[in-house]
Amino acid sequence: MNSRSRKEYDVVVIGAGHNGLTNAAFLAKSGLDVLVVEKNDHIGGATVSRELYSGWKYSNCSYVCSLFRPEIYQALDLGRHGLEVVPLQGGITFKQDGDFYGNYHHHEVRRREIARHSQRDADAVIRFDADLMKWCRLIRGLLMRTPPDPGTFKPRDFMELAFLLKKFYELSESQLYEFIRFFTMSIAEYLEEYFESDVVLAHYSGGSIIGTGLGVYSPGTAYVLLHHAMGDVDGSVGSWGFAKGGMGSVSGAIASAYQSFGGEIRTSAEVRSIDVQSGQAQGVVLDSGETIRARQVVSNLDVKRTYLGIMESKDLPDEVIKRAKNYKIRGSSGKLNIALDGMPEFPALPKGSPLTLGHMHFSDSLERLERAYDDWKDQRWSTDPYTDTLIPTQFDPSMAPPGKHMMTVFVQYCPADIEGGWTDEKRDAFGQTVIDQISEYSPNFKDLILHTEIRTPRELEAEVGLTEGNIFQGELTLDQLLFNRPFPGYAQYRGPVRNMYMCGSTTHPGGGVMGAPGVNAAREILKDLKRTDTTPEDFGDD
Amino acid sequence: MTNPSSVCVVGGGHNGLVCAIMLAKAGWHVTVLEARASLGGAIAPRTFAPGFQAPGLAHHYGQLHPKILKELGLSPKGGPPIDTIALDRSGDHATLGGTEASGNGLTSEDKKAYSAFKADYTAFAQALEPLLLNKPPRLKDMGRDDQWTLAKIGWSLRFGLGVPSMREFLRVGGANICDVLNEIFDNELIKGAIAADAVMGHHLGPRTPTSVLPFLLRTFSESHSGPTVSAHHGNHLASDLERIALSYGIELRTETKVERIRVVNERAAGVVLEGGESIDSDVVVSNVDAKSTFLTLTGACNLDAMFTHRISKTRTNGNVAKLHLGLSAAPQFEGLSAAQLQHRIVIAPDMRFVERAFNHAKYGEYSPHPIVDITIPSLRDPSLAPDGKHVMSISASFAPYKLKEGWDHGRAGFRKVLIDTIEPYVPGMEALIEAEEFLSPVDIENEYGIAGGHWHHGEMTIDQAFMMRPIHGTAQYDTPVKDLFLCGASAHPGGGVTGIPGWNAAKRILSLHQERG
Repeated sequence: MNSRSRKEYDVVVIGAGHNGLTNAAFLAKSGLDVLVVEKNDHIGGATVSRELYSGWKYSNCSYVCSLFRPEIYQALDLGRHGLEVVPLQGGITFKQDGDFYGNYHHHEVRRREIARHSQRDADAVIRFDADLMKWCRLIRGLLMRTPPDPGTFKPRDFMELAFLLKKFYELSESQLYEFIRFFTMSIAEYLEEYFESDVVLAHYSGGSIIGTGLGVYSPGTAYVLLHHAMGDVDGSVGSWGFAKGGMGSVSGAIASAYQSFGGEIRTSAEVRSIDVQSGQAQGVVLDSGETIRARQVVSNLDVKRTYLGIMESKDLPDEVIKRAKNYKIRGSSGKLNIALDGMPEFPALPKGSPLTLGHMHFSDSLERLERAYDDWKDQRWSTDPYTDTLIPTQFDPSMAPPGKHMMTVFVQYCPADIEGGWTDEKRDAFGQTVIDQISEYSPNFKDLILHTEIRTPRELEAEVGLTEGNIFQGELTLDQLLFNRPFPGYAQYRGPVRNMYMCGSTTHPGGGVMGAPGVNAAREILKDLKRTDTTPEDFGDD
Repeated sequence: MTNPSSVCVVGGGHNGLVCAIMLAKAGWHVTVLEARASLGGAIAPRTFAPGFQAPGLAHHYGQLHPKILKELGLSPKGGPPIDTIALDRSGDHATLGGTEASGNGLTSEDKKAYSAFKADYTAFAQALEPLLLNKPPRLKDMGRDDQWTLAKIGWSLRFGLGVPSMREFLRVGGANICDVLNEIFDNELIKGAIAADAVMGHHLGPRTPTSVLPFLLRTFSESHSGPTVSAHHGNHLASDLERIALSYGIELRTETKVERIRVVNERAAGVVLEGGESIDSDVVVSNVDAKSTFLTLTGACNLDAMFTHRISKTRTNGNVAKLHLGLSAAPQFEGLSAAQLQHRIVIAPDMRFVERAFNHAKYGEYSPHPIVDITIPSLRDPSLAPDGKHVMSISASFAPYKLKEGWDHGRAGFRKVLIDTIEPYVPGMEALIEAEEFLSPVDIENEYGIAGGHWHHGEMTIDQAFMMRPIHGTAQYDTPVKDLFLCGASAHPGGGVTGIPGWNAAKRILSLHQERG
């Protein structure tokens, strides 16, 4: 122990989430001596596969894989380290009247399906898809870049601003305005410019509220469509995928790549504080009292945990403490992971329908979605929640015993603070609300349940270390995006003390299992250390 | 421009009159056509019962912008700026002034925070001045004037505000007012009253992202002089504009409803009145909201299909109802002095109250506990009511234009809700009521010809502001129909009694005509 603590690392990364690991991997790749410390006995943060019921593996936090940048996959050779992503197609929204909307993957089939609900919507979907793809291409080019700081006169900030302007100037004038509108509108109002059918509107808008303290009518939710459309699996833009073996395979593969570059990981090593002396980070102190010395310290934690948790206020400017306190990080989601004795039946669907292979939802109107949000605003879990339900064992039998299934149910909304505080009884009642909703559409569902893990923001915060259980490490609203993320003046991954950096989803471009914040932070660190840049360039338009 | 041109201004609201006067000053031959009996639109007073006169829609507002006052040769009018009295359930009412707050329930921190907040947000609002007082610059193919405007905005933010304030401005610009107020204040009453101001007239709740922007625009219009009660002052503004208009030889025709704008060879050639009379003019300027201008007056047959589609999708459904009461005596508010009653009185005790009031509007229901904004203009101008009697003007949100039960059915219910909301603060109020008038957004639409009955001729959120107001492609006051212009609140910078849309439009029309020679 003592010999180890005397060693000085080049970099210590706090937290083995997917961004922390990605960051560490690129630093180690450049030859730096890197250590990742993790409080839990397993790595991955919110990208994990856990066996909580014998024979079943749960991706019990994040559950699908799409946004993960292909540049990273390639640069770290993650395929060789065991990451395999299976494309997942389609989706369905069940209607209360027994009908459904099937979001078939093939665009012709999908258009026929939309026409079943509205002929006008079937016409509009062509325009809708084309517009969305346009924004995707534009925005994908911005993910792997450090945002410029509009408050400085540094040449690189000017250059970056000029780059962005040039990029936008490739758009026509009316596209420019449409782009601004797209970023500032609510998903409901944006979609209402195209569609009229309730179930179509509900199907496409649901994804925009996932993980946020916003409703479908809240401005700023339209662009979240991109989070669902800009990812790609095997070069197919807009596809979603399951990581074979669960989301733990993502973090596992990155960790394996990292270790192949000589990186070290220590689990069950919770950081008590970042050691700062004369305005310079010197390393970290663990809960055990052990000190780990390092020339650079990188935090994968959100800003509240970092600045208000493991740093001393005396080491920080007042401005940063105020900003951290005011940082908006709202717990709004819950999760159920369910072990099933067999495949549940959905009588609304024809036998053998491929629609159960994709995302399943049970909210068929904008009003129901918005009312679910009203419950959350009033500090209650939604009595009629929006869920994103998937049964990944249909693709990946390795996650459950033969013939059995695993269901993951992401639930919006579930507040971090509820009237009177969370208790185990309230958690179970929350879970029951969700189970009841699903069984309205699947009569045999309840009988198939063998085990259920219910996670409210309380559990997500305690286990994963996400403040309030916010899956994005901070709201993705305009006031906390781009050069405002996490705070104005601190958007370039450098912390307020020297040799200290941030690399989590709390930084640009934010949450989702994307890896971009980790890469961007690595690029900045390598630049400061004047080392060769090992981070990949973005693929740009592909 | 070789010969003086002729112009028809459709609608004699304050923006139409400002625009008309500017054009007449430049030597144009101007005809203003107003459907109602009096000029002034939303600021015109209305007699709702024998002897009782109420301010029309706007019952308090700031002065016209000083530059416009100067241009028109007007001196600032009206009484002293008014305060906002935020009513508290337990009687600890707070008084929120232009720079200071007072009240028993306020701590010295609250007061300090309020003064700092007012100073900061006034500075933020004024930093927008170069953007508001010019036509919104195009983002591509911009002319020299647009480049100059952009440069002035950049300068104003970077050097006018300074870096720390600019950073804060760029952050809060897209934020919601609830978060911002929670960061600054502990006092619920102050937060409730400010949040109510931010959302009033809009389809927004305090937690709705971007709700800071409408608040900044409102702050801008009140930053040159505080708001005044429109009793007295309102009558004067409408009649002042009328007097100046006449002095420039403008032909003012009231009770003259325009049926359609005549489009010949894709350019506006005049208007056709109800009854069939046709007036030719070189230019037509519409003070009417964009939806009515294009979809009703111009007609889809004269417009591109996509343009028509986008105009029809603009969000213009109003959320404010108005109740005018003729009272047999001055009402007594518990805990307020007679002098305080001359100010505006707001019921919005906390932000959660405001947010919950908004929830109902989303589903086509009126708020069971609405935000209420009251003035008693007859206290300042006794001539508005018979001797010893008074007029109370109440604006209330949320009262959605598209009420599920319909306003024919809903009006009695919402009227009762309003009285029940005020009664606890004014015991015995119901007994004072002698005369009354209730205007739902549907009534406002019919009375004032504003689509959706929207105060601001359309939501003032970012996607419908600046170069996107009312929609892009017609944001610089000119329209796809040559020689047809917009000059009302549906044009940049939007609603409020500022006169800026009319002023900007006139400048635009004159410069285009100069270019064309």
